[in-house]
Formats: sequence, structure tokens, C-alpha cells
Amino acid sequence: MNEWITICAIDEIPVLGARRVARAQGLDVAVFRTASGEVFALLDRCPHKGGPLSQGLVFGSSVACPLHNWTIALATGQAAAPDEGCTPRFAVRLEGSAVQLRADELAQHALEHTRPLAGPVGLGRCGSAAASCSSSPSTVAA
Amino acid sequence: MKKIKLVMVGNGMAGVRALEELLALAPDLYEITVFGAEPHPNYNRILLSPVLAGEQTLEDIVLNDWSWYETHGVRLHTGCTVHAVDRARRVVHARNAQGEAVTADYDRLILATGSNPFMLPIAGKELQGVLAYRDIADTQAMIDAATRWRHAVVIGGGLLGLEAANGLMKRGMQVSVVHAGEWLMDRQLDGQAAQLLKKSLIERGMQFFMQAQTQELLGNAEGRVRALRFADGREIEADLVVMAVGIRPNTALAEAMHLHVNRGIVVSDTLQTVTDPRIYAVGECAAHRGIAYGLVAPLFEQGKVLANHLAELGIGRYQGSLTSTKLKVTGIDLFSAGDFQGGEGTEQIVLSDPYSGVYKKLVIKEDRLVGACLYGDTVDGSWYFKLLREGRSVADIRDKLMFGESNLGDAGHQGQNKAAALADADEVCGCNGVSKGAICKAIKDKGLFTLDDVRKHTKASASCGSCTGLVEQIIMFTVGGDYSASPKTKPMCGCSDHGHQAVRDAIRQHRLLTTDSVFHFMEWRTPNGCASCRPAINYYLISTWPKEARDDPQSRFINERSHANIQKDGTYSVIPRMWGGETTASELRRIADVVDKYQIPTVKVTGGQRIDLLGVKKEDLQGVWNDIGMPCGHAYAKALRTVKTCVGSEWCRMGTQDSTQMGKDLERAMWRMYAPHKVKFAVSGCPRNCAESGIKDVGIIGVDSGWEMYIGGNGGIKTEVAHFLTKLKTAEEVLEYTGAFMQLYRLEGWYLERTVHYLNRVGLDYVKRRILDDAAGRQALWAELQQALEGEPDPWFETDKAAVDLRQFQPLPVLPALQAAPVLTALSAPVPATTTAGA
Repeated sequence: MNEWITICAIDEIPVLGARRVARAQGLDVAVFRTASGEVFALLDRCPHKGGPLSQGLVFGSSVACPLHNWTIALATGQAAAPDEGCTPRFAVRLEGSAVQLRADELAQHALEHTRPLAGPVGLGRCGSAAASCSSSPSTVAA
Repeated sequence: MKKIKLVMVGNGMAGVRALEELLALAPDLYEITVFGAEPHPNYNRILLSPVLAGEQTLEDIVLNDWSWYETHGVRLHTGCTVHAVDRARRVVHARNAQGEAVTADYDRLILATGSNPFMLPIAGKELQGVLAYRDIADTQAMIDAATRWRHAVVIGGGLLGLEAANGLMKRGMQVSVVHAGEWLMDRQLDGQAAQLLKKSLIERGMQFFMQAQTQELLGNAEGRVRALRFADGREIEADLVVMAVGIRPNTALAEAMHLHVNRGIVVSDTLQTVTDPRIYAVGECAAHRGIAYGLVAPLFEQGKVLANHLAELGIGRYQGSLTSTKLKVTGIDLFSAGDFQGGEGTEQIVLSDPYSGVYKKLVIKEDRLVGACLYGDTVDGSWYFKLLREGRSVADIRDKLMFGESNLGDAGHQGQNKAAALADADEVCGCNGVSKGAICKAIKDKGLFTLDDVRKHTKASASCGSCTGLVEQIIMFTVGGDYSASPKTKPMCGCSDHGHQAVRDAIRQHRLLTTDSVFHFMEWRTPNGCASCRPAINYYLISTWPKEARDDPQSRFINERSHANIQKDGTYSVIPRMWGGETTASELRRIADVVDKYQIPTVKVTGGQRIDLLGVKKEDLQGVWNDIGMPCGHAYAKALRTVKTCVGSEWCRMGTQDSTQMGKDLERAMWRMYAPHKVKFAVSGCPRNCAESGIKDVGIIGVDSGWEMYIGGNGGIKTEVAHFLTKLKTAEEVLEYTGAFMQLYRLEGWYLERTVHYLNRVGLDYVKRRILDDAAGRQALWAELQQALEGEPDPWFETDKAAVDLRQFQPLPVLPALQAAPVLTALSAPVPATTTAGA
């Protein structure tokens, strides 16, 4: 099964910007559009401290994480040296003006990653992500 | 693809550093061959002195071991001397230690032949036991001599000579230094500092023969040196003679190749020889704009440019360096930089305390520091060097300059003078939790020499930057005085060689209206800049050409693009504006309802008298704004944040003025004002100053007869007390003067430069001239600001006009049916190669 799903038209992503794609499970996927009209897709999570890359500043074929300014290469997900770390990639293609991701990856790829928790512990902020909370001992309510 | 053949003659620090830079930029472009005359891999020549003194070992100072060459596919011929280069056929001819011929073809050639020690042309210089001090072999010979002989004579009382003398003394020899000049280190010190140095060295047991002419060296029957004879006939005993009277660029090969040589191989700003553009020269053998540098930091700058050119990026230029000196003799603190001798048109500030061995001289020319010579207390050396490089006015701090940066009203944790005293485990960078030990280790292990490199590898001083001075000092202590040459103007970022001022000027003078036109006009290296230059340029455009230049949301940081403050978990915080810190029951009720409706986890009162709603999901932001129905707080922006107030004369029994109303008026007048950095105001109703006006960008303090105005305070990284600017009678005047100062800062400040740093750069006197002395100019500035802000939309309620891209708030959905579809393919290979469109 190798199904491509249309997510949006390329014009719905700002030039030198990104949109995030909400999945049923797991973190969002960030879809980027460069000045030259290329599209890239990465898990919406910086390898450093989990910042949402879709909110970063896009330049060349890189994105600067909005939290601590790590630079991540859009094509590989690799952090620019000397930083180390890698963000999972997603296959993405343009069919005409339609931006497409793969169904199997959306459903199954890189589901294990979570975002750092903020705020007072035990406030029940996890909401629908309760499953991921229980697997992480640091989030047990006081 | 066939690789280009690159051959380098010389295996020293400058050349190999250039290769390292090249391999980082273009790892596969070249097939590289290196010829080194010494039998070792690349080592750190500037650390030979600690090796001689027994503080480090030879193994400690190797920079690139054999495996480095192997890993990077660099063919290394050690012990192999190049004797000819056939430029027509592009072949390098060398001979190895066994006398066999070795040749290599080249497409491009780097000459990195370094320099040779200068040997005095006197009788006896061929005797055994007469050495230069240049390489590992010399160092080893000196260490060996120290185990067998007693009397050492060092000819030359310069930097290298004294380091050699100190090392030999530490190895147990009795050392005499012979110096032709009037005082020691005459190229780095003035007479008085040199006097203190000499005294201290005599106390350690060194002997000196000053203004002494060496006539010949006398040998014994075995052909070993036994004595040195001066021109006046005096003789001194010598079992070892070290000549350290200077170095000469090693240009013999270049001359044989018929390259233009004039006190070094003459190179252009791209390090290409002026004779043959295929051939480059780098390091001590090269003469750039008439200067052959002998310190390592400029040579590394050259290496960077050379690598850039070889990588076919072709945009780097080397424009010369400023250098500073430090003596690597343990226990002697000495620092000099720039024009420390002074002379016509300069003024000098001198502190001399011979009893405690402290001497400091600062040379000032036209309100700028141009030179410094420090002995005995050098903790402020890096600060002075920074002032010198930046060339900013020191008029305002002149009276405190001599007492160092720590005396500038420093209540923060700057710690300029702590580097040496710190233990390895002590934390240097509080933001990133980096210890001194980690920085020193990175410097040594990775061979770092510049602040930028240390930032990249350790993250120290890469965040708030308040520890920059300390980190610079640690670099100085660790690598010695060779640290710290840097280009004369600091480029805005890696995309360009232009500094902030040049970009500002170009935007104004050439009426540039878009980011792209700036990139084009100023020949940016990157197609669309980076996360550091784009926001700056965007700000310069909209502040210089309000209503003409269009704001580019994609060049704004996320906070300004989403008009809310991003938090560590990707949620946002919302802070509605409360004019002058006042609110009402209905506003509080609406806020409370919003908190319930959107289940906002944290509600907090900020330091600026407002209410912060933390943990708002991005998709809820629009709803939160609408339901609260209060104006945008700009608490996320480089803009006017808060105007803090006390209750003033309305309620307070001490209050002399209505500070709350004044605060509200100021805030309403300037609330949509973007600026180079965040801006905070405060208004206090009396000198008790409950609104903390003394540490704000503009602080207004009510007194019986009117208002006092203070500027340039800062409660941030490093607390700065604001400067008194003027006293005003009416509230209208407060608005006019504050607005005019803000507009001046908006037009002239560099991006991310707070008012305090702007004031430090231009000087308080300058601001006084513009705001106090020039009434028409002041009014014009105030009018300009009002005009720029007129009709500026509230991004929460005029999204159209504020060009807010509303699409950003909603995630793109994936249809549930598709997500639930069973996936049958094996997923062992996680990600296929990313398909990119339009390729």
C-alpha cells in the first residue's frame, strides 16, 4: 500500500514558510515551502528541545527552530554542525499544485516522539494525549 | 566527477587550518596533497613555550594527528622538502628524507611555507649549541641542553626570546638575555611597562645585558659554543645560545618560482598571489597589504577566506586584522594592543604603581580608544581590546575607563575579571550551563581560537551573551595572546561582510524598500538570508520607510508573526494590554471567562503590571483575542511593552504628580511602536520611585516642580541604571521628549541593540545634542514618530490591515478515513528518500 494523500494546494503554504498537518496520532507534520518552490516535510519537532519547527524562520533550504535557533536542514532533518541531532523526515511530493504526503507514514511514522511538558504538573493538561503521559514517568501527577 | 588537484607546500598551523575550513565547506571538491618539511603531523606552534617550560608535553600540542589526514583523504608527505615548482606544467618537485624525488601535479597550489628564524650574521653562529627557537626540534634541543649544561644566553628580549629564557630557567639553567634595544619587548611595550617586566624577571633570577651588541660566539675544542663576546670586549659564559631576534617570511621557493615578493609573498584580499591566481599564499609567508602577520588569529582569518575561495564560493575577503599581545610566561600579566605608544593627536591615561607592580596606559584619540598597554593587572585587556576594535566613543565612560569594566556600575553577573580565578567546574554560561572546564577542553581538543567557534561548539555565550567577556578571557588564557584578532567591522551575520550600520545606511541612501533589494544591492551571499539578518533587515526597512516598505511576516520571529509569545511546549502566552497597569472589573471578568472557556492552565501577573495567560494552543489564539476584547499587549515583540506606574498623586499621600495618567498617555501614544529591541517605560509619582523608573529605557520621575527624565536604563541581563537626561515642566513636554528619543533610537539603533547599548555606542552627549539642544529637530522626530504610528493596526482586531496570515492558526487536517486505512507495507525501512518537487 503506497497511497499518497493530498494535504493542500501549494499556495496554502506561505513562501519561506510552513503549515502543520495534524495527525490522528503522534505529533504534527510540518510541511515547508522554500523560495524556489520546493516542498519538504519533517516531524514538527526540533531534535534539541522539541520546538515546533513549523513555527520557525525558513531560509535557503533550512529552518531555524523558534525556541533556540538551531538550524535544521529541510532535506535531511539534520541539525547544522556542530549541533547534533536529527528530525524524522516524511516523504512529500507535488502533483501539479497538490502537496501530497504518504498515508502509511502519516499513520505510523515517528509516533513515539512527544513535546516537552510545560506548566504545573498534574493539571491534567495532557488531554487526549493521556496515553503518551502514562508511558513517561516524569509526567506522573504529584 | 574528477576532483580538482590541490597541493599545499607547508604543514603548519595556518595552512592546515585553511584545509580544515575547506573540508567543512566542500569536502569532496579536491584531491589534496600536503608537503611538510618536518617529520611530524600538524602541531600548535604557539604552545612550544609551555612545552619548553615543562607545563605541557609535545603530545599535548598536536592539532591534527595522522588519522586526521587519513580520515579526510589528505595525502601527507612529511620530511619532504619542496625545491622547485614548474608553473608551466603545474608540477611540484620535492625530495624526501631519503633523497628520493617526489612530484605532484596541481590545479591549484597553496604556499604555506611560514617563516624562518633570523640568525645574526656573526662569527660562530654555526657552532654546536647555537639554536633558533622555532620548531619542535629546537624545543627538544633546548630541553636536552638544559639537562647537561648550565649557562644559557638568549639573544633577543622580545616576546619569543623572553618565553625561551623563561622556559630554560624553569628547566634549571642560568639564563642571560642580551637585547640590543633600550627596553624589553620594545614592539609590544612602552618603556615604563618594560621596566616593571625586567624587574620581575630579575627577581626570578634572569640576567640582562641591555643595549648590547653581540660581536661573536666563541667555541671550545669540540666545536661547541662556550662564550659570547660583546662589541665592547666583554665576554659571558654560554653553553647554549638561542637566537630569537625575529622571523622572516620564508619566500625562497616563491622567489624561485618568480612570484612577486615584497617582505612576504604578495597576495590579494582573496589570498591569491598577485602573480599567478592559481597559486595562493597563506600565513606568515604571505604579505597582505604590506603586512606579514606573525600571530595565529589573523592567519586563521586568512585561512577562512582562502577556504571560502577554494570552495568556489568566491565571496570572502580578507581585509586585515588588529592584533594584541600577551606574554606566555606564567605569573607575568602583560597585555598590549593597538597604538599603545601614543603620539601626536593622542591623549594618554596612565596609572603607575611601581611598588605593587601595576602599570596601565590607555591611548585615546578623538574620544576613541586606540591603544592599551597593561602590566601587572590585565583583567580588562579583552574589554579594552573590544573597545578598540569596535572603535566606539568612550567619552561617556572616560573617567571610569581606567578602572575597568567591572566599575561601570555592574550589578549583573558579567564577571570580566574572574576568568583566571574560576575553577574548572565553575559555571561560565548560565543560560546553557557551560563550565569553564568544558570551554577549556573544547578549545584544546578542537583547536578553537575565536569566540564564534567557541560559541558554536560549546554554546557558551551563545544565548543572552552576558558572559561574552568572560568567555573571551578564557580563550585568551587558554590559547595565549594569539587570540583575538578580528575583522575591523563585525559583519551582520555569515550571509554578508557588511555590518549593521552599512545596511542601515544603504537602505536610507539608496531608498531600498524590500529585503530582496537589500540582498541584491549589498551582494548577499545567500539567496534569502538567515534567521539572524532577515528580521533585522525587515525592521530597518519598516522603520526607515514607514508606510512604504511592506512588512514581511516571513522575516519575523514566530512571536511577531503570531502576535503571541511561544512557550517551551509549543503553546503560546497572551498578555492583553492594560494601560498604565490599570484594569476594570469587566476586563477581569472577561479574562476569567476566557480562562475557563479555553482551559488556560496558568494565569500570572507579570513584572510589568499585566496579566499573562499561559498555555494557549495556537488554534485557540484567535478565539482568545476575540473573547477578551482587549488591545494587543505586544508582550512578545521588539516594541513598546509596558509602561509601569505607581498610583501617584491620585491616591498616594506622597505622590507629587499624576503618574498613572502620565503612564497611560505615554502608552497610548506609543503602543504600536516597533523598535530595535523591546522597550519598557516607567513613570513614578515621586522620587521614592515605586515604579522602578531608574532601570527602564525611559524612566519618568515626578517631582514637585515637574518631571525628571532618565534614559538608557535596563533591568535585564546586566542591570544598568538610567542616565539623567533633563527636567521637564509639563506632561506635553514629557511626551515630546520621550517620543523624540524613541524615534532617534528607532532610526539609529541596530537590531537587538537595547537603548543602553545604543547610548554606549553613540554617547550620551550626542543624544543630548539631538534631543535637548536642537528644538526643531526634536519636534521633527516626535512628529515623524506620530506619523509612523498613525493608523498602525492592532493585529488582534484588524487582522486584514495588519496582514496577519490567519491560515497559520489552523492546522491542515488529514481526513480520518484515510488515516485509519490499514497499512500493509512493511515499515522496517522508516523513511524513503524525501521527494522534492520541481527538481
